[in-house]
Amino acid sequence: MPDLSELSQSSELSKPSNLIKDNQIVDNDWQIIAKDADSSDVKFSIDDASGQLLLPLALWLEHAEQLKNSKTIGVWLDSDESPEPLETLCESIPVIAVNFPVFADGRGYSYARTLRDYYNYSGDLRAIGDVLHDQMYFYKRCGFSSYLIREDANAEKALAGLNDFSADYQAGSDESKPIFHKR
Amino acid sequence: MLNERVAQFRGQTERFLAGELGESEFLPLRLQNGLYIQRLAPMLRVAVPYGLYNTAQLRKLAHIARHYDKGYIHVSTRQNFQLNWPRLEDVPDILEELATVDMHAIQTSGNCIRNTTTDQYAGVAIDEIEDPRPWCELIRQWSTFHPEFALLPRKFKVAVCATEEDRAAFKFHDIGVELIHNDEGHTRFHIHVGGGLGRTPVISQLIKRDLHWQHLITYLEAVLRVYNQLGRRDNKYKARIKILVKAMGAEAFAARVDQEWQKIKDDDNTLSEDAVNRVQAFFAPPNYEVLDDSSCNRELASQRLESNDFGRWLDKNVQPHQKDGYAIVNLALKPTGIAPGDITDLQMEAVADLADEYSGGLLRNTHQQNIVLADVKKTDLFALWQRCDELKLATPNLGYLSDPICCPGGDYCALANAKSIPIAEAIQRQFDDLDYLYDLGPIDLNISGCMNACGHHHVGHIGILGVDKKGREFYQISLGGNMGREAAIAKILGPSFGPEEVPTVIEKVLDVFVKHRHPEEQFIDTYRRVGIAPFKEYVYA
Repeated sequence: MPDLSELSQSSELSKPSNLIKDNQIVDNDWQIIAKDADSSDVKFSIDDASGQLLLPLALWLEHAEQLKNSKTIGVWLDSDESPEPLETLCESIPVIAVNFPVFADGRGYSYARTLRDYYNYSGDLRAIGDVLHDQMYFYKRCGFSSYLIREDANAEKALAGLNDFSADYQAGSDESKPIFHKR
Repeated sequence: MLNERVAQFRGQTERFLAGELGESEFLPLRLQNGLYIQRLAPMLRVAVPYGLYNTAQLRKLAHIARHYDKGYIHVSTRQNFQLNWPRLEDVPDILEELATVDMHAIQTSGNCIRNTTTDQYAGVAIDEIEDPRPWCELIRQWSTFHPEFALLPRKFKVAVCATEEDRAAFKFHDIGVELIHNDEGHTRFHIHVGGGLGRTPVISQLIKRDLHWQHLITYLEAVLRVYNQLGRRDNKYKARIKILVKAMGAEAFAARVDQEWQKIKDDDNTLSEDAVNRVQAFFAPPNYEVLDDSSCNRELASQRLESNDFGRWLDKNVQPHQKDGYAIVNLALKPTGIAPGDITDLQMEAVADLADEYSGGLLRNTHQQNIVLADVKKTDLFALWQRCDELKLATPNLGYLSDPICCPGGDYCALANAKSIPIAEAIQRQFDDLDYLYDLGPIDLNISGCMNACGHHHVGHIGILGVDKKGREFYQISLGGNMGREAAIAKILGPSFGPEEVPTVIEKVLDVFVKHRHPEEQFIDTYRRVGIAPFKEYVYA
């Protein structure tokens, strides 16, 4: 059974630091565990101070009771994984990430709104995967609060993309009211 | 907002031209700005919300056609304008010019919510329950830059119908919003979902009756949220909502939407009376003059005697108006020899002058690819007809065989298997005797150059589909389609024909119709009565 220190050196689990949060580029302290990983691959405990992990949904759910109050273990959803199983569990999860395997796969936007609007999730909601400059405005308005920009893309430019538009037309998961209620 | 979008796209185009942005990444971005890469050049589709625009906008388009294109522009079946020859590097400039007259190309392509369409006679049609345009505008506002629905499984089209006769083809849209008044006279909507043309034509299914107007937007949002999550993304030909609705069954789909809707039913997107009133005020009727309808009609009757041609035009291209002494005029963009729906820069400027002079400076594009002046005084009709005639915009063939719906086809489009414009022209030439056409009565002829069905061949009374057989162009004929309330998908007649045979085949089809027809019966009604068999028998005899 490989332990965490070994895993973190494998390329699959490298830590890109193209992370945007609170309108700035910050270090990424969260490590994404591969989708096909199972309990035998990863050692973790709820008070593990050695690193912060984002587990794939299936693995997280396996240990949900133990993990739902963890401060150092989050979960990530792939684009074909609805957040439904997290409805009653997500309240204290520190980070929920949603993967965009290709940016044209827009399912994650609805997942984000479901988590924010229906489940009242108030933790850090992170867009991961094929996350690019041109979609930043959409991510933000659907309730994402951090963005792990694709490794080979320019995070500085993406940061500027958050402010591409100054007005909104409809209600989103942010503060905006629909334009038809405005004069 | 528009200028911000132009700036964003200018940056994206520069990144693409500089090689920083890959083709596959640029593709959805340019599509969301209405830019396709076509057979010979890019194609830019300019949005015309519910088909309505003003003369300043038309003059700007004339300028753009002359300056950045080959001097003409195309009216599409979804009431938009298309530029067929812009240069990619000019597109940001074109968008900037459009923005100066509040026009844009946003969401005219790509897998997002497209332009909402409705009756071209909205606000003036005599069979109207209520003006649908305020509702279209509310849908437009909600769907513009919608952050959640910018990258759907596939494109998404909404139509609103608020008339007895359906002129919006709402049963062939992803969502058809059917406006009704309930017994108390209050506005309600029937929501139809899962209609569409393309490779798999489907008539939509009613999933919600009597929706209160205040819930229109939240309900649409619920439909889209279900579709965005459950629509197929593995195969673009199975990604439209019609496939999802079929797979789940309309009832299960409706239940799932309802479940989603209950959670958002009263949220911020709920419409208020204030909001609706404010939007309705944008569409307040112009200051009509008080006119005496019967004296206007007497004058028209004597003008008819002066000119037979004027009389024909009056019968075929002019429609009745809600207001006494006014009429709706169709400018016909289908003279023989011109690609259906094309209009030149000079014609556009002349049409803008006509609209300023005779129709309050406003114009509409129609689903049938013509242009409408909606508020013309009957006393002006004769003068307007003379001007239209000079401009070659008065062909009195509206709704007849020589007024086809036709896609740009293999002459322009990268997707097409076959040309469609020359087929339209060959048929127009074969059937150029107006008296014969009038005798045949109204016939919808719809021509598509490929399975994507931009010419709506599935819903033509007579449909023609271009197909490719080992590199040669062939044409499949279908009969009995209809896009109104009696929606029907056409049946294929049989094996396809070479391009030179098509006019003769159409002639044979018409011969069968004439033989079986009851007096005054329309083609579609005869077809429904006798079925496809006699047509098949005679054409393939």
